[in-house]
This record gives sequence, C-alpha cells and structure tokens, in this order.
Amino acid sequence: MGYPHSHDLEIGTILSRHFGDPEARKLDVWTGKGGYEALRKAVTMTPDEITEVVKDSGLRGRGGAGFPTGLKWSFMPQDDGKAHYLCCNADESEPGAFKDREIIRWCPHLLIEGCLIAARAIRAEHVYIYVRGEYFPYTRILNGAVVEAYEAGLIGENILDSGWSCDVTVHLGAGAYIAGEETGLMSSLVGGRAEPRIKPPFPAQSGVFGKPTTVNNVETLAAVPMIITEGAAWYQQWGTAKSPGTKLWCCSGHLNRPGTYELALGMPLRDVIFDVCGGIPGDKRLKAVIPGGCSTALLTEDELDIPCTYEGLQEAGSSLGTASPIVMDEDTRIVPAIRRIAQFYAHESCGQCVQCREGTSWIVKILQRIEAGDGKLADIDTLYDLCEQMTGRTICVLADSVVFPLRSSLDKFRGEYEALMTGRRA
Amino acid sequence: MGKRIHPAVAGAQPFQTADLRPTEILFEDDEGRERVESAISRYPEKKAALLPLLNYAQERNGWVSSAAMEEIAAQLDITPAYVHSVASFYTMYNKHPVGRHLIQVCTNIACHLNGADAVMSRFLEEAGTGPGETSEDGRFTVMEAECLGACGFATAVQINDEYFENVTPDSVPDVLDRLS
Ligand SMILES: Cc1cc2nc3c(=O)[nH]c(=O)nc-3n(C[C@H](O)[C@H](O)[C@H](O)COP(=O)(O)O)c2cc1C
Ligand code: SF4
Ligand code: FES
Repeated sequence: MGYPHSHDLEIGTILSRHFGDPEARKLDVWTGKGGYEALRKAVTMTPDEITEVVKDSGLRGRGGAGFPTGLKWSFMPQDDGKAHYLCCNADESEPGAFKDREIIRWCPHLLIEGCLIAARAIRAEHVYIYVRGEYFPYTRILNGAVVEAYEAGLIGENILDSGWSCDVTVHLGAGAYIAGEETGLMSSLVGGRAEPRIKPPFPAQSGVFGKPTTVNNVETLAAVPMIITEGAAWYQQWGTAKSPGTKLWCCSGHLNRPGTYELALGMPLRDVIFDVCGGIPGDKRLKAVIPGGCSTALLTEDELDIPCTYEGLQEAGSSLGTASPIVMDEDTRIVPAIRRIAQFYAHESCGQCVQCREGTSWIVKILQRIEAGDGKLADIDTLYDLCEQMTGRTICVLADSVVFPLRSSLDKFRGEYEALMTGRRA
Repeated sequence: MGKRIHPAVAGAQPFQTADLRPTEILFEDDEGRERVESAISRYPEKKAALLPLLNYAQERNGWVSSAAMEEIAAQLDITPAYVHSVASFYTMYNKHPVGRHLIQVCTNIACHLNGADAVMSRFLEEAGTGPGETSEDGRFTVMEAECLGACGFATAVQINDEYFENVTPDSVPDVLDRLS
C-alpha cells in the first residue's frame, strides 16, 4: 500500500519493520517473525533484572516528556502487598502526532508484548490500554490481537506456564485530549472526568484505584521487547548518550512525503524534512517548523541543523516532544496557524485552573481580532503577558503547552502580527 | 450480535456506527446484561465501568439519553447527576440524536495547513446543512473535529467508525457516495 518507510537504519527498523504488512497482525505470523520471544525470556527474569536492562538501554518515555523508562519503573514499591497497575497511554491526541496508531494498527502484538514485560517489571497484575475513542478502526485490530493472545495463553493465568499471571483490558476513551495527561488518564480510567491532579502523590505511590501505577506511552512500551531480546548495548548503537535508540517521527504539514518514519535520534530536522520527507511541495522555502507536536516552540530555517535529540532541541529553546514536525512553507500565514492551535487548547482545557481556562480563551479572542485586522499594538504585550501568567502556574502543563508555540511565534514572527495591525504587508 | 465478546475488550467496542440496535432499556436483554457483567469484572471498582457503559449506550442507540444515564447509574451504584457530569465532559458522547453518518472534519493545524477549511465547507454544502446540524433527511451531521491523529494524511475525516484520509474538496462527493 506504499506505506512510507525509512530505510536509513543499517539493520532495518525496530518498531516499524512490519508497518504496512497486514499479515503481521496475526498471532501465528507474528510469532513466526520472532514475536513473543522477548516475553518468553522475560518470564524467566526477575522484575528487577528486566528493569535493569531497560535502565541500561537509556530508553526514554516517548509520550512527550522523555522521562527515563527504567528509572520510572524502579519507583514502583516492592513487597507492599498491594495490587499494581500499568496504564498504557494510547490516547494520542497531540496535534501532529500519529505514531501510536501505526503501532496499534500494524503491530498490535508488539504492543501487547511490551505491556506484559513492563507489567512484570513493575509487578502489575493488570494492564489497562487506554485508547483514544476516535481510534475505532485501530481499536478493533488491537481487540482482535488481545483476544488471540488470551486464547494462546500469552495473557491471563499462568502465562507461558511460568506461574506468573497478568490481565490486559482495552479501555476506550471518549474524546478528551486531557485524558492523555497521565493523571487525567487515571481520573478518566476510574470512571471520572479526565481532570489532572497535583503531584505528589506520584502515580507510583497512588495511581488508579489508589494503588501504585505506572503510565507509559505506546511507543515506549513497543520498544521494550527488542531491548529485552537484543540487550541494552544493542539499543544504544543508535542515537546519542542522552537520547539513545530510534524514534517514530510523524511528519506533517507542507511536505512532499508526509508520514511516519523510524529514524535514529540525532538526525537534524533539515534531513528529516528535505531528505526523508522529500522537501516542500513546489520547492517552496520553509517558513517555520513546529518540531515536536503542536505544544513545542517553532523553529525557523536557520535552526534546522540542530540534531534532533531531547537535549539538542531543548538547548534550541524547543523540545523533541513527540517528534512530530509540522512544516509550514513560505506562504503560510503565521497568525491564523497559531490561532488554530490556540483554539485547540481552549477547547481542550479541562477548566480547573483559571489561568488555563481564561487564558486560552483570551488568547483565541485576541488572535481572532488581530487576524480580522482589528488588533492594536498593545495586543502583542497582552499576549506576552498572558504567556507569562500561564507558565508554570497550573495543575498540569496544558497551559504551558499553548505558550510555547505562541511565544515563539511572537518572538520570531512579530512582523506578521504587526502587519495585520498596521495594514502593512509583512 | 449473538457472539460473545471477550470481557477484555467488551468495553472497547466502536460506539459510533450506522448500524444501531436501538433499545429503550439497555440492560434487560442478555446482551446488555453480559456487557454490564463484563465491564464490571475488569476493574476493582464498579465505577470504572462507567465509560464502557456510556459507550455501550451510544453503540446501541446512537446517543446517550438521560434515561440511559439513569440506568447506568443504577447499575454502578452512583447517582445520575454524577453520570451526567462525567458524560458531559467527553466530546464523543452525543447528547442528542445525530445523523446516520456523523462526519467529523479535522481542522486542526496540520489539516488547516492543507486546506481543511475548504473541505469542511464542501461537506456542509453537499450535505445541505450547517455545522453541528443534521441534514433534513437525517443522513448527515457535519462537525469540525480536533486532531484525529492522522495528520500526515491531511485532511483527515472521521465518519462514524471509519477514517477517510487525504480528503480534498473535490473528493468530498465521492466520499459521500460511499456511505449508505
Ligand atoms: C496535556 C497533555 C497531554 C498528553 N497527552 C499524551 C498522550 O496523548 N499520550 C501520551 O503517551 N502521553 C501524553 N502526555 C504525557 C503523559 O502525561 C505522560 O508523561 C506519558 O504518558 C508517560 O509515558 P512515557 O514515560 O512512556 O512517555 C500528555 C501530557 C500532557 C501534559
Ligand atoms: S492546566 Fe488546564 S488542562 Fe491542566 S488541569 Fe489546569 S485547567 Fe485543566
Ligand atoms: S491535525 Fe488533522 S489529523 Fe491531526
């Protein structure tokens, strides 16, 4: 089906090797390709041994924050006699990101295997895979795979005759971006509104049903099986010391070949955009790119050579986020683009914090006014002021998320805002 | 239906479809009772079965009525007011009946850059209705959606439980022709 692939990795890809092959969804085909070998190995390992390997691999969370996965697992208490839970975060709703759905729809068994290994590492008795509601077609595929795995004795009681048991339940959300924030996800899973809450207590102390819980992203968990079979050093052959491994890049916007590509961390955006994705239609120039999904600061043409790692983009004042570059060509009007992003956050704010609830809707109103030609120069100061008030002051970082694209657009494209106010062309 | 759904996935059935199986009372027949049991069996607290049961109500009837919420509340030993407060938080629960085909056009950033607004206009024009409204023949409800997670394939459109990708204004009539 011409599924976009990347072939830059010498030994082939890790996560995306079977993307585009519907046969790989079937358990017998999947096991024929080495599927569930890692689980077979993991059930002979102790939880701590599994955690150590993942720690050594340097794998970092792919849900956006980049927290070291092994370290997160090690926060789970030991011998506390309580039930533990793993929540797999498949709520993928950050505009620009469409990678988790590719894992779910092409390699559902890879995800299930990763979930089970992680569950063993954190001593969880039940895994909840929280999938965003809109992903009906992909949930159907995942459901089929879960049932197949149950029937084959890979999930449930006495997995692979190891004496270890673990259940998996697919849980479908119903349309709320904020359910992707980990505490929002937990509030939603237990039957509530997806309202984030203040940490501490951290999920490892008190998560779903008041029990120790770990939340991990789909792509994070899908990377685990190969790390278990091939080892930590193998995984580190890609990327940098601080950002090892490969990452699924979701490339969208003005591109000749948009899509999901698995690339070693560290590739500069210039190569991602102009080589992997074939450049911009009509050979146009690049005006801006939002590198990590719409909650990250935008970068301009002269910043494209920064290596795309967690540390590299952070130094450049942006963030790797979910590695979802949204490319804007030279004809893009920045103000409407940022207005559309702001509308998203205004729509998705859960409303608990005044700064976020009021701030996001004020930003939209001001941007709409500017777009309509009714703005005044003082509006720019007001926008900066709102950015200030919305940073670091709320329960979760949704409020901060709108600040990054907005403030960077004001810093880098002030002329476009002003032109709309004075009637001058930018 | 007939076929038993594995409890691990019973709460995760697609709940926006054109094939409704309307019922006034949700949990009286075998299927309904089985869904409640399955849902409750997967969580240490009953309340966690709330979203799975709201999903089920919409799967059967196409929307979630107050009566359905009351029934769900009774099953889970929670108040109808609580069920309302949760249901209203989530955008995918229809609080009113919608058209047989719920058309949701992503107009978020990646689709916006690729002309989603024109796609949205074309859908409204072809369906002969306004945003969020249902066409007179009851076939279509057209709405703007936030990111559908298919940004590389702009414009992304979700129609009931299906995705349509790379939709352009010109391909809108074809898309509509494929719907029953
Ligand atoms: C507003 C908001 C939305 C988020 N949405 C998602 C999401 O859709 N999927 C996801 O995996 N993480 C999302 N996150 C990050 C999660 O809070 C959490 O860090 C992540 O799931 C942890 O998994 P990881 O360590 O494997 O990355 C979101 C965070 C915020 C603040
Ligand atoms: S920052 Fe916004 S989304 Fe996050 S908890 Fe506060 S109001 Fe809700
Ligand atoms: S922006 Fe349209 S699907 Fe993501």
